[in-house]
Amino acid sequence: MSEAVIGKPSISLLDLALTFNHIALASFGGGLSAWSREVLVVEKKWMEEEEFLSAVTMCRILPGANQVNLAVFVGTKMRGIPGAISAIVGLTTIPVVLILILGYAYFRYHEVPALQGILRGATAAAVALTLSMAFKTGKKCLGSFVAVALFLGAFLLNGLIRFPLLGTVALIGPLALLWAWPRPAKK
Amino acid sequence: MNVKTLFQIIALFSSLSLLSIGGGNTVLPEMHRKTVQTYHWMSDSQFADVFAISQAAPGPSILIVTLIGFKAGKIPGAIIATIAMMLPAGLLVYMVTRFWQNAQNSPLRHAIEKGFAPLTVGLVLASGYVMSQAADHGWHAYILTGLCTIVFVFTKVNPLVVVALAGLIGYLGLV
Repeated sequence: MSEAVIGKPSISLLDLALTFNHIALASFGGGLSAWSREVLVVEKKWMEEEEFLSAVTMCRILPGANQVNLAVFVGTKMRGIPGAISAIVGLTTIPVVLILILGYAYFRYHEVPALQGILRGATAAAVALTLSMAFKTGKKCLGSFVAVALFLGAFLLNGLIRFPLLGTVALIGPLALLWAWPRPAKK
Repeated sequence: MNVKTLFQIIALFSSLSLLSIGGGNTVLPEMHRKTVQTYHWMSDSQFADVFAISQAAPGPSILIVTLIGFKAGKIPGAIIATIAMMLPAGLLVYMVTRFWQNAQNSPLRHAIEKGFAPLTVGLVLASGYVMSQAADHGWHAYILTGLCTIVFVFTKVNPLVVVALAGLIGYLGLV
């Protein structure tokens, strides 16, 4: 394929798998999107902020689990089909083994292993990571009145009044596109 | 596991895969109906418990299908359910990504990347808000979330260290 990824050295399939494995395991307690950003944008610099954010929403709209979709998106972008498979294998292999161990213990002993306390604490931190992601990315892309309005609209609809995701994107998305559509430079 | 169960697993999860527009959680009601009422693979309360396990465990929460497959057909059932849930949607995302890469210079791609960024920040804040309402019980947890947010925003401490410390605080019964 000719669409070379400019300025990026070729990333090995193993690196893709290990990176997504790292994201999956770090997200104990939740916050997978925030962890993806920490690793993919901040640490590895595989994606720009805007590309990452738009990919996150596209992956949420498309059918399928958001994080699996993001792994396919990034894997495909980096290395095509083998990359997508590596990213998914990395994202899911160890979690599948872990969840099978938990599930086996549950069906055999009829109780979830005593992780409740640890989980409560870790989840409080995962929520914080998600909030800090909103703060950090917001600082970069909320530079104009319209951008802030789009941000507030999405938060109010989807967060405060719990309007479904698809409805929110259907309402705010077209306005966002209208605002962001490239215009020929004015004379 | 008999062949019939195998095909039921494949048919159920590969169709749910394509129906899960907006994320895995959108098909949970249908998954519950089929798993509990149609196929009797597990009871109502077992479904609720495997849901809780899949939310808590690291990795995508859609791995609830791994546990349903495991209950229906042991390890082969678990693996087949997981693949069936990811493959159809994954192929679709693959095609969209290729289209996306070929549209490098199209106005649509520019508009989506620029326009969806603030929209996504709003959605991320919304999920943080919804998560905190569901997960933070009592003011201890809200304070912990608040402190962690400050650390994440203003310091360069490895988030993993913070999550581990918060887990320890939870283990000690402080939240």
